Amino acid sequence: MMIRARLASLALALAAACGPTAHAASGWHLLNMTPGVTEMSRTIYELHMLIFWVCVAIAVLVFGVMIYSLVKFRKSKGAVADVTLVHNTQVELVWTVIPVAILVAMAVPAARTLVAIEDTSKTELTIKVTGFQWGWEYDYLDDGVTYFSHLDHASNAARQLDSTIDPNTVDNYLLNVDHPLVVPVGTKVRLLITGADVIHSWWVPAFGVKKDAIPGFVNEAWFKVDTDKPGLYRGQCAELCGRDHGFMPIVVDVRTKADYETWVKAEAAAQKQAAAPADAAAPAAPSAP
Amino acid sequence: MADHALDAAHDHDSHDHKPHGWRRWVYATNHKDIGTMYLVFACTMFFIGGAMAMVIRLELFKPGMQFVDPQLFNSMTTMHALVMIFGAVMPAWTGLANWMIPMQVGAPDMALPRLNNFSFWILPFAFTLLLSSLFVPGGAPAGGWTMYPPLVLQNGASFPMLIFSIHMMGASSILGAINVVVTIMNMRAPGMTLLRMPLFVWTWLITAYLLIAVMPVLAGAVTMLLTDHFFGTTFFTAAGGGDPVMFQHIFWFFGHPEVYILILPAFGIVSEVIPTFSRKPLFGYEAMVYAVASIAFLSFIVWAHHMFTVGMPLAAQLFFMLSTMLIAIPTGVKVFNWTATMWKGSLSFEPPMLFALAFLFLFTIGGFSGLMLAIVPADYQYQDTYFVVAHFHYVLVPGAVFGIMAGVYYWLPKWTGHMYNVRLANWHFWLSTIFVNVLFFPQHFLGLAGMPRRIPDYAVQFTDWNMVSSIGAFGFGLSQLLFPLLIWQCVRSGAKVGNRAWEGAHGLEWELPSPPPYHSWTEAPSDALIARGASH
Repeated sequence: MMIRARLASLALALAAACGPTAHAASGWHLLNMTPGVTEMSRTIYELHMLIFWVCVAIAVLVFGVMIYSLVKFRKSKGAVADVTLVHNTQVELVWTVIPVAILVAMAVPAARTLVAIEDTSKTELTIKVTGFQWGWEYDYLDDGVTYFSHLDHASNAARQLDSTIDPNTVDNYLLNVDHPLVVPVGTKVRLLITGADVIHSWWVPAFGVKKDAIPGFVNEAWFKVDTDKPGLYRGQCAELCGRDHGFMPIVVDVRTKADYETWVKAEAAAQKQAAAPADAAAPAAPSAP
Repeated sequence: MADHALDAAHDHDSHDHKPHGWRRWVYATNHKDIGTMYLVFACTMFFIGGAMAMVIRLELFKPGMQFVDPQLFNSMTTMHALVMIFGAVMPAWTGLANWMIPMQVGAPDMALPRLNNFSFWILPFAFTLLLSSLFVPGGAPAGGWTMYPPLVLQNGASFPMLIFSIHMMGASSILGAINVVVTIMNMRAPGMTLLRMPLFVWTWLITAYLLIAVMPVLAGAVTMLLTDHFFGTTFFTAAGGGDPVMFQHIFWFFGHPEVYILILPAFGIVSEVIPTFSRKPLFGYEAMVYAVASIAFLSFIVWAHHMFTVGMPLAAQLFFMLSTMLIAIPTGVKVFNWTATMWKGSLSFEPPMLFALAFLFLFTIGGFSGLMLAIVPADYQYQDTYFVVAHFHYVLVPGAVFGIMAGVYYWLPKWTGHMYNVRLANWHFWLSTIFVNVLFFPQHFLGLAGMPRRIPDYAVQFTDWNMVSSIGAFGFGLSQLLFPLLIWQCVRSGAKVGNRAWEGAHGLEWELPSPPPYHSWTEAPSDALIARGASH
């Protein structure tokens, strides 16, 4: 803790010394969505950038004409109004038809992507995700593994109103959990998402997945992480769900297939053993994140 | 002072036994007095809702919880939205409608003056009830202004207060809207045909129909919440065979037309201000009317774009994506027509024009982000993030609120007979415009970088842009204090203005004295006057 705090203040001092090149401690470079680590998240990112640039092009054109008018047709520069210019069918037709064409051109890739997102066939692993006030429950339906995932203790201590802990010294402040969701790379993972009490929303930006967790409903979503991108990916609940809505992060620990197999077998065995003697219904926490 | 001057100037009106003192306001049936009360009420709520926004931005200035409990933070976001939408923007529009519609259509007053009194006086009671919920056990409503069940049912004693205050606001809006429709349909001077009406009257007519159509829907939705909470029904409870998503469908069937209720009258004002200060008639008047009507129609079939992540069937998502994208076409027509109005004009930049121009640029930015939000796969990433917060604040603050400011700065000389301090108004404009961008533009970045909305605390990488946004918020909030100061100065003193306060102004209101007589048009204006006003 002490060492980390010292390192953080060192990093801050370095950042201050190096100016804008030192990104580690500043958030100024956070301007856009990231492409993420699944094919789908990249497709969504490209769609986002496409429509962004279309909007920029239209903006340059429209704002250009506006600014030109503001400069050119000023009364103070002696401009005299042409009061007969009140209507022009041809021009009005053009600025109605061209936007239609642009919209169609944007709707086609958007619809194609949406159809692909909705295709939940051929999934290889199914996990039930239940949002509750305030955390997530993960249930590996085929493997007999189930556990809860909450905000980690360090963040939880630092986020209290009377806390004296500087959030900058906490590792992944508000984006860390005690027990992350563990999944394998290169596998089409299907999530069955529901809510226990109120509506929540499971969102991991790097996967391009956001789906509401609604009591009484089971929603489907899926993702398939690139084989070369194992790692920790973070997200948050995206639907207002009460007092601690801001404090129910999601962490997904993406492992190689072999590592995942080892983990899930050990986890299933440990949970079975924990449940057997006492015949307890409560699931045990996983041994290692 | 102003009252006496007004009385003296119009002796022929003195046979009206108009009440004085407090009775003038409590028993008010005059459209101008009621309009003034609406505007003063809206301004008061604007500052109360703004104070709540300051609490939000103060807590979000840096990571960690410094000032408020998360529950109070949620109450602040919820109440900020309710106060600003139902307390500030909507009453401001009704106030402007009260002042301007009779003058603009050549009528002596609104058609239903006692109803007018009633629709206003409901509001102070509605908001006293809503605001007093801040002091009950469990605190003010904290489930978001969208009131989604099951969360909204977790509110404590504030829950029935929320529901009844919404009922009262809805009743007030419906009565006000009926009055507007009846006035426009029955009180127009002979010769004031529908297609001669000023755009502000047109946009308000369409807004009034939207209000009459959707406020009962909201009332129904919140009544179902009430019976779910107190009388054992399970409309929105899955365990009892109900459906929490059904609430969202009903709510947004109200909610989407509602956003056009907030913005259409601004379209009307901008359509009056830009021609005045371009000294050129509005380009494509009829296209503007049809565009507003199309937007109003489309607003009824796009509601589910607010809920793309609830898990709708593919066909429904495609339908709502395409219908939403269609709105870009009539909206584009409006922006192009405003631009064409300035083309080959003779432009000057008085405060109303400045606010209308800021509206034109910044509302268009809000329109672009709206188009991006319509694209369903991308919306999965934007939904419930600060990108959405940035989007709707761009259309509501430099959109609706700047529209109101443009209207007030345009007609204030007409109402008071005095010109305001233009220098101070310019300061108000530049400070507002700069700070509103400092406040809301970085929120696009935050949302795209992954910051959810409605959270009281955030991961440390979001600190920098949040600090910028908060600084913008404090600057914007402080700049607004100039506005009541300026109006006070204008009412008390200020140079006298003639009938036509602005060189390029057209329309019947500019044919009346400034300030106008107690009963605006006691005799119907002549056809020549109407034709001169309807210069399109």
